[in-house]
Amino acid sequence: MVTAAVENGGSDMVIDGNEQKPKNTVSDGFDANYLKIYYGKLFPYADFFKWMSYGNDGKHPGSDQSYFGRREFSFTLDNDIYLRFQSFNNLSEMEISIKEKCPFKIDIGPVYSVDPAKRHAYADDNVFTPVERELVFDIDMTDYDDVRYCCSGADVCLDCWPLMTAAIKVIHTTLRDDFGFNHILWVFSGRRGVHCWVCDGKARRLSNEQRAAIAEYFHLYQGNENSRKKISLTGPVLHPFLVRSYTEVLKDSFESQLLCSQKIFSTEERYEKILDMIPDESITSDLRGRWQDNRRSSKNDVNSLRWEQLKSLLQSGKHKAQGMRRHVEEIVFSFTYPRLDSEVTKHMNHLLKAPFCVHPKTGRICVPIDPEHCDEFDPTTVPTVAQLLEELNAADMEVDSENDWDRTSLGESIRFFRSAFLQPLLKSCKEEIESSYNAKVQQSKNSLSW
Amino acid sequence: MARFKLHLFSASVPRSVTAMEPYRSHRKSPISTNSTTTLPLYRSAPPLEVRLEDFELYAIDRLRVLKGISDGLSRGKKSEEMEKLVRELLKTNMKHPQASEVVNKDIISHFVLRLVYCRTEDLRKWFLSMETMLFRHRFLSEGPESQKQVFAELGLSYKAISNAEFEAVRDKLVQVARLIGQPAPSSDAIYYKVPWEEVPELVAGRRVFLHKGYAYIAIYQVVSLVATQFRSYLSKALSLTNRKWTSTIREQEKDRLAPIVEALCTSYLGPDYSQPREYADISIKDLDQIAKSSFPLCMRHLFEKLKEDHHLKHGGRMQLGLFLKGVGLKLDDALAFWRAEFSQRVGAERFDKEYAYSIRHNYGKEGKRVDYSPYSCQKVISSSPSVGDHHGCPYRHFSEDNLRAALGKMGVNNRTMEDIMDKVRNRHYQLACTLTFESIHGSTCDAGINHPNQYFIDSQKVLQSKNNSTS
Repeated sequence: MVTAAVENGGSDMVIDGNEQKPKNTVSDGFDANYLKIYYGKLFPYADFFKWMSYGNDGKHPGSDQSYFGRREFSFTLDNDIYLRFQSFNNLSEMEISIKEKCPFKIDIGPVYSVDPAKRHAYADDNVFTPVERELVFDIDMTDYDDVRYCCSGADVCLDCWPLMTAAIKVIHTTLRDDFGFNHILWVFSGRRGVHCWVCDGKARRLSNEQRAAIAEYFHLYQGNENSRKKISLTGPVLHPFLVRSYTEVLKDSFESQLLCSQKIFSTEERYEKILDMIPDESITSDLRGRWQDNRRSSKNDVNSLRWEQLKSLLQSGKHKAQGMRRHVEEIVFSFTYPRLDSEVTKHMNHLLKAPFCVHPKTGRICVPIDPEHCDEFDPTTVPTVAQLLEELNAADMEVDSENDWDRTSLGESIRFFRSAFLQPLLKSCKEEIESSYNAKVQQSKNSLSW
Repeated sequence: MARFKLHLFSASVPRSVTAMEPYRSHRKSPISTNSTTTLPLYRSAPPLEVRLEDFELYAIDRLRVLKGISDGLSRGKKSEEMEKLVRELLKTNMKHPQASEVVNKDIISHFVLRLVYCRTEDLRKWFLSMETMLFRHRFLSEGPESQKQVFAELGLSYKAISNAEFEAVRDKLVQVARLIGQPAPSSDAIYYKVPWEEVPELVAGRRVFLHKGYAYIAIYQVVSLVATQFRSYLSKALSLTNRKWTSTIREQEKDRLAPIVEALCTSYLGPDYSQPREYADISIKDLDQIAKSSFPLCMRHLFEKLKEDHHLKHGGRMQLGLFLKGVGLKLDDALAFWRAEFSQRVGAERFDKEYAYSIRHNYGKEGKRVDYSPYSCQKVISSSPSVGDHHGCPYRHFSEDNLRAALGKMGVNNRTMEDIMDKVRNRHYQLACTLTFESIHGSTCDAGINHPNQYFIDSQKVLQSKNNSTS
């Protein structure tokens, strides 16, 4: 096995996509037998069920007992057998089925108008339609391949992960401050990306059109394979949401992290890509001249130096009038702004992998990420299923503990899931059920008295 | 003479808001010919008797209006241009020698077209978009009094925000106003605060300031709110009409109305390309050749990229896959074709597991089992390809350099090239495509290109007639 570390030094050989990194895989990857134990002892069924019930599992007369049973789950089994439209009436049905089928992947679909298992009975009438679904976002590192030089494709490392961190911050703040959502769950996708679940009642009931509107609100990425410019910020000013994202997140993420970690100006090929975004010939040839000559400018990092040169030229009084400083923003946005798979967000019936699944390639658990402390999240130290089982073996069986997961590093994730997400969510679900029930009662009283 | 009671064929949606009686009959004095300011909301069909020929003629006139709007949109016309276009369309098609009949014609034609366009998802979608667009522009041309009335009739009772609230968010509102090219709001400007869900199009275009779930809309944006309400009402009404059509009307009217209704939608919305017709037998081995000779640039580009990369992302697979279905590629051949390419990149096994499903899905063999239609130009133009994507309309989505290179490769000469670029700059993408067609085939295409499959069929026709004349 090759164990030599790859030098990421500024050699000119690093060409996008051509780099082969030896994987430092220990034998702690993924194993179907591990999965059986994971589902047997560690998977947090009860919390999962509580979440997906949204308060409807309670005794309140206003709760909808059929709610959980109308939710579609789908399982991907060993040999890629794909079971869609699984549904369960209660916690134990779900638990038994998952333990028995031991799915490599569990996806969550929408809540339908009727039990998905009985959909064929309603096939003709268009009665079988999705009625509720969390608003979801899927961000995948592969969509950033043209702006990261450390890895490509399925690989991620701590040098490119700040791209995900920036995406979480921008999207989270916007969902909360602009759209007014409160119950937002961020989850590591197990390998190279993150998922976001917005669970407020009004988020779950959004129409496809409204979902598309949110996706469009976020959508900036205008370039495609056949156009040179990747982001084009038009108009005399930026939307307040973009201004906030820029000043609070993107600028800092670019200047204090990605600029140097991705060595964005280190080679001719890389800086030419940036000069391409500036339409003014005199500026680009000026910069090019400076950068081609001084190959070694000693102490300062070449990336920061060149970025400062570019900025001061574009923002200098001479070019101010021509809107040149906008290109500074365009460059930052191109390298940092979140790239969403918007199809996932737009449609109610898109499936998305459930939290606490085990990623079948990496063996890592899809754990929640705390958006308030997402800078501290490290995808390379997320517990793997193998590690959890080892911890379980090593743990002192004498210690009395309600759950097996309490004795592993999964405990922290589950406790976070409960306290930061589930409890506040269920509290507002109960209030919502209560108030809509009261409204109904009031209404029927009124109609009686008339 | 045959007459119909219109209201018997319409379904009305139970109203949840208490509004005034929404349908205003033609009580206005018929003297003034300018008094066409009544903007009906089409809440319920009036109890009018309609003559058979009016039933059809009115519907055709309205269809001309809707079709005109649809063409205008796909040519990428801007809002002001659309406004002018709608005004002209209404003037040419919706007038009536008797002033009092204008309103009736408006209402009757609308309800007839509801019957015509209620019957499939695609038809409903088209009708809904075009009627909403029409309503929107008519609303904009109404005076403030009339606008207020419509506002009230739709049950929209929002209060303007207070001065204090305005001052608190003023700099954000100024920013947004500048962004969308409006003058900065003065301190007596009227803004409404509405749940963002009610103005999705303003949110999608980032044309409003959002805060904690509310959108701050300026008085000139009220039209969006109104149009959204109109649209959602009409959408519900169309589903109900559809139910009524399938459950009773179709059977009862199978000799009278049904034939008219069925003929109306096909003859004016253009043909349905989901079923290949004339050149139904295309086999895989011919594909390379016909891609060169008869595919429009958008499909040719996808086809070439697929051959080059042995992969296409979702948007590309949908756009090309459905086009090929329309061209006449059978399901088995389609599977073989995609597998041959993809397996070189991802392996045959992964293809069968991950990609084959969606191809069968396109052919209506999986999932909802809907036989999906190939994308029209309008759909292709309005798509938004991003990194790694190759779908979309090259005339819209390529940079000028790339477009020139691609057209050069197709054999477009220099002079036409400049004409094409001119159309592109003015955002007449379909006209640019039409010019390309004409240049390559050396023949005219009067109807213009509206659909990639139409391009293909027209191209095959030209080539065939050339073959016949030479042999």
